[in-house]
Amino acid sequence: MATKTIEPKAPALVRAWEWITETQVWTSIFRHTAPINDRNRVLVMLSNVFLHMHPVRLRKSGVRLRYTWCMGGISFFLFLVLTFTGLLLMFYYRPTLEYAYSDIVGLREHVPLGIMREMHRWGAHAMVITVWLHMFRVFMTGSYKPPREFNWNVGVIMLVLTLLLSFTGYLLPWDQLAVWAITVGSNMARATPLAGYEGPGAAFMTLGGVPLVHQADDARFALLGGTLVGEGALLRFYVLHCVALPLVIGFLMAVHFWRVRKDGGISGPL
Amino acid sequence: MDALKSFIDLFADPRLFFALTVSALALAVWKREAFASNSWGWGLMVFLTIFFGFGLTDENFVLIIAKPDNVPIVALIFLLLFFTWYSMREGVLNDRRIAAGKPPVEKDEEDRVWTWPDLVYTELIAMVVCMVVLIVWSIVLEAPIEQPANNANTPNPSKAPWYFLGLQEMLVYFDPWLAGVVLPGLIVVGLMAIPYIDKNPKGNGYYTFNERKAEITIFLFGFVVLWSSLIVLGTFLRGPNWNFFGPFEYWDIHKLEALTNVQLSEYIWVRGLGMALPDHWFIREIFGIGLTLLYVAVLPVALAKKGLAKYYEKLGPARYYVTVLLFLMMLSLPVKMLMRWVFNLKYIVSIPEFFLNI
Repeated sequence: MATKTIEPKAPALVRAWEWITETQVWTSIFRHTAPINDRNRVLVMLSNVFLHMHPVRLRKSGVRLRYTWCMGGISFFLFLVLTFTGLLLMFYYRPTLEYAYSDIVGLREHVPLGIMREMHRWGAHAMVITVWLHMFRVFMTGSYKPPREFNWNVGVIMLVLTLLLSFTGYLLPWDQLAVWAITVGSNMARATPLAGYEGPGAAFMTLGGVPLVHQADDARFALLGGTLVGEGALLRFYVLHCVALPLVIGFLMAVHFWRVRKDGGISGPL
Repeated sequence: MDALKSFIDLFADPRLFFALTVSALALAVWKREAFASNSWGWGLMVFLTIFFGFGLTDENFVLIIAKPDNVPIVALIFLLLFFTWYSMREGVLNDRRIAAGKPPVEKDEEDRVWTWPDLVYTELIAMVVCMVVLIVWSIVLEAPIEQPANNANTPNPSKAPWYFLGLQEMLVYFDPWLAGVVLPGLIVVGLMAIPYIDKNPKGNGYYTFNERKAEITIFLFGFVVLWSSLIVLGTFLRGPNWNFFGPFEYWDIHKLEALTNVQLSEYIWVRGLGMALPDHWFIREIFGIGLTLLYVAVLPVALAKKGLAKYYEKLGPARYYVTVLLFLMMLSLPVKMLMRWVFNLKYIVSIPEFFLNI
């Protein structure tokens, strides 16, 4: 009498998973099976648009927290969080003297789960700190040295842009804190040499006896769109904060990440 | 307790604060072998925690520290001191290996690992932790919103956003055209110049101190002392009328501080030579202009001959002059601070005719 062996059946969830991953829909999205062998570990990096900014393999020191502190990656992640929460905030916020303040108050009073402004503000403060610490780490490991000089420079520009993004966003709640912080900050611009009306040499900037640089025509006026922090400044800072600066920093991020790869990946001893 | 608080407040003074941060950094760099030990790292963190814990029992302390926008700066103090200690520690450990004839530890980690799973999982965990911290922080602490904007009502003190408070602190010593425009511009230019003026091929891609002594010391002085510690000072210790207050001191709007700052021209013409100030600005300021030219033009040349001749040899003229000029510009802040503190000097050059005060 022949005995019949019965294969133990896999648990239902496993069978369901196997079924899903064999459907045409799944295989059309993921072009290979899970990255559990070397071949698929290569393929997952090459075929996924989000992962392909990574190399397939990298130095062991490059994945160590003790070496990278993860600060560059966290900065990028915070930027993504800020983009997303900022987008949500734009649904509720109108950059006019009439509505700006009350819209911000309304975010807390009327919007369900209204922590988006908190996440945006604390995320922004955190990003300033992580960007500084990223620069600190890159300096302390000497990672700006050849061949990475240019990428260090891209990074410095992005550091400045991060501060400008935070600075322009600081005005938008249109409360006393915002307006006076921006007033103190932007007052510096009127002392710009040659280009600010209280700057050294501004008095020499005349053409045929007509002064070119005066209170209503200088660096500060260009920044604020007015002689004080008012309607013009609010609109300018809003557009810079939501459109112009994120576009520029996004563009530079692409360059930065590309050059990390092209300059030999995360730095390590030569 | 109160005695301890008033003792700390007694020492609260911008001069002492600056002297303490500078000597702390000098000590950490000089005695780095000891500073790099784990007990020092732990000790530093525990000390900070105890200090802030103790501070939270004081209502004046809480009033300033617990302002929602100031919370990140408390985090910055912890993070910055930790990472300063940590990077020095890694540097010292590698220096010991190099001294023993071994390569830096990063060299031993040159083997390649798979991005999946080694890196992507680290990234995933970092993202999750970040998100949790941010959400908890956002639930616990409400973003600040004050009274609606009012151009007729100036708060006292009026402060810039916290990351610019180091620059605002510079306004005590320099006019806006320097503190708000030229020097910040030079910070950016200086940072960008670093990879081109630093010709030292060593220390590329690993922690070390001994192979890059001057570079690291200068950077730490600029980043930790001049940039970060002045932010802390400007945020926590500057109150109404930009007066200096101890951490446990009440921000009294009526606190008076005698201001008896004197121009260099007055020192020389009036007090030194016993004459009236000359009418023409150029003659009046001739000494200050001369001193400034001496600092930016003659000093670099003199240093190239004697003092920094080694660097002149190594860097060549172009790199040397850019480096020294940037370095002197960075030192101009502590130099001006010292002049203010020792001589009550207001301006070295003061030509209000052209808004040119140095």
